[in-house]
Amino acid sequence: MRLAEAWRVALDALRANRMRSALTMLGVIIGVASVVLLVAIGTGTKQKVEQQVEGLGSNLLLVVPGKLDVGTAPVVSPLTLKDVDAVSRVVGDPGRVAVTIASGATARAGARSDFTTVQGVLETTPTVFTRSLARGRYLTGADVDTSRRVAVLGASVARALFPDRDPLGQQIALAGVRFRVIGVFTPLGQSLGVDRDDEVHIPVTAAQRLWGTQRVDGIAVKAPDRERIDQLGDRIVAELSRRHPDTEFSAVTQQQILGVLGDILGVLTGVLAAIAGISLLVGGVGVSNIMLVSVRERTREIGLRKAVGARPRDIGVQFLLEAVLLTSIGGLTGMGLGVGTALLVDTVSPIPAAITWWSLALAFGVSAAVGIVFGVVPAQRAGRLDPVVALRAE
Amino acid sequence: MTLPVGVPAIEAVDVSRTYQLDGVSVPALRGVSFTIDSGEYVAVVGPSGSRKSTLMHLLGGLDRPTDGRLVIGGRDVATLSAPELATLRNETIGFVFQAFHLLPRTSAVDNVALPLVYRGIGARQRRDRAAATLGRVGLGHRLHHRPSQLSGGEQQRVAIARALVTDPAVLLADEPTGNLDSATGEAVLELLERLNAESGVALVMVTHDQEVAARARRQIAVRDGRVRSDAIHDRPLSGAVGRPATLDGAPSAEPRSVSGSGPGHPSGGSGGAAGATGRLSRPPSGRTAEGVGGDEPQAGGGS
Repeated sequence: MRLAEAWRVALDALRANRMRSALTMLGVIIGVASVVLLVAIGTGTKQKVEQQVEGLGSNLLLVVPGKLDVGTAPVVSPLTLKDVDAVSRVVGDPGRVAVTIASGATARAGARSDFTTVQGVLETTPTVFTRSLARGRYLTGADVDTSRRVAVLGASVARALFPDRDPLGQQIALAGVRFRVIGVFTPLGQSLGVDRDDEVHIPVTAAQRLWGTQRVDGIAVKAPDRERIDQLGDRIVAELSRRHPDTEFSAVTQQQILGVLGDILGVLTGVLAAIAGISLLVGGVGVSNIMLVSVRERTREIGLRKAVGARPRDIGVQFLLEAVLLTSIGGLTGMGLGVGTALLVDTVSPIPAAITWWSLALAFGVSAAVGIVFGVVPAQRAGRLDPVVALRAE
Repeated sequence: MTLPVGVPAIEAVDVSRTYQLDGVSVPALRGVSFTIDSGEYVAVVGPSGSRKSTLMHLLGGLDRPTDGRLVIGGRDVATLSAPELATLRNETIGFVFQAFHLLPRTSAVDNVALPLVYRGIGARQRRDRAAATLGRVGLGHRLHHRPSQLSGGEQQRVAIARALVTDPAVLLADEPTGNLDSATGEAVLELLERLNAESGVALVMVTHDQEVAARARRQIAVRDGRVRSDAIHDRPLSGAVGRPATLDGAPSAEPRSVSGSGPGHPSGGSGGAAGATGRLSRPPSGRTAEGVGGDEPQAGGGS
């Protein structure tokens, strides 16, 4: 009975000051909406990156010199094509082993040029990494064996160098050396702001000759099955360590990469949510402020209610409900606004956004909690008012 | 709330109230003692600054004495927690204020029902009781009007209904006619007196107006935080205009022991005696009939 009255009075109080209630709620609405939106963007980015890492190909094992960890300095690779042969023997199938040696270089075609990443690779790359071609063909074993000067262009490079011509059969110059275009990749799009179509694949042997080196930067292996992927990694690392006792090697799986990326993006999402949380906090302070005004305005009413038998708790609960109602209504509205904006952003902008139920539950829970936290002080103040003083207030 | 026989509505023994203002003790009430029995009609009279408001707040359980013993409805306020005191106010006291203190956005019937909310009574029953009580004060046709749609006299009658709806032992009226013109004030006083006569609720009226005070059978005069006199008039004349109020035990009044029942005086002694006087003398009194009879115009709809 008392609680029902408290609800009724709280609702009535909000209705009596529509403008003030709406403005107070606006603070909470903006806070909750920004939490929902920014968490959605963080989550969407994470999901997209995960998709892309998984899209690299399944059961992928990347073998690189040095430790793969965030913030570790890169190590100059001691690996050569002989090591690649050794890894192929461990794997038992050369078709599952890919390599890369990468460097930035300017590609020229006629008067046009494009600074891009040149990758020296084996003919196995499309199998290992699940890449497909839009036009032409990929490198062959013969191309690699004979260091043939042929190139497969990423979609962006093809567009930059041959905006109005078919690139197939055309000549491009990489570091002054001519290559013939034999294929163009299907576009991949962007990942973490990096254009994945900005690359040129040439035979690894040709690349080594171009840069005057024997090394390869890293080896990728498509494991035959997921269960023994870690075991295979250990065996590859053991073999490489035997061949290069001075160097540490790591074999990482997609799961591990996802884990590291997930951690980074999780922190990012957390930071975004915390920044949005600050605005929610400011909204909460607004609620606290307006509740103090409300208590002051209704001092005489509080005095009267106490005179006719309201206990301190009855008064406290009444004002606490008013605060919780303010933030809950604001929270629900803010959730709607946040979800709507997130969907809009996801649709009309390249920024991905994904709504998760936990973020909605969190946003609503936090806004209700803000109501309680910031309503408690005004409510206690109301509950403790001396009825004699309260009745005298003007 | 009907008190058990022999339990005075209010019993004050050497009650003092001292305020702390910026670290300085300001004595407001200094050793006040008296007993008010159920059904009594008492005027607490004194000029402004006489601390009669402080006294009213204490009698209504809105404040506690710093010293002395104050028993309201058989319960010593010193032993009660804040929530218990709130419950005591709800069950024992009905307040009527000079400024009415109605909730502005709330209908008459819901204003009257307010005390029942804090008694945990269901909405339907609250409304029924509130409507019936509004009928008793002659406002059965004004249930759903808001205070702003009512005249001052009607507002005060709503406030009286609110005070009465809990069936209290004591009706505490603080300058109930202070914000009303004299004709409306007269009607309100007659209503209060009729309710006092009908239902046996003790009526304690705090006023600075000697004329109003003179209507009460018993007058407690307060000055400078002390009881100056406490006198029962044998035949107070209803609406006796121009009749000087008697202070300090004038010949027409029967003096009561005031300063005599000081600290340490057994409460049973004077309290019991006063209780007997109050209970026995009220019903056969001719004034009661007169009061009801004179209330005809407003009381038509009364139950």
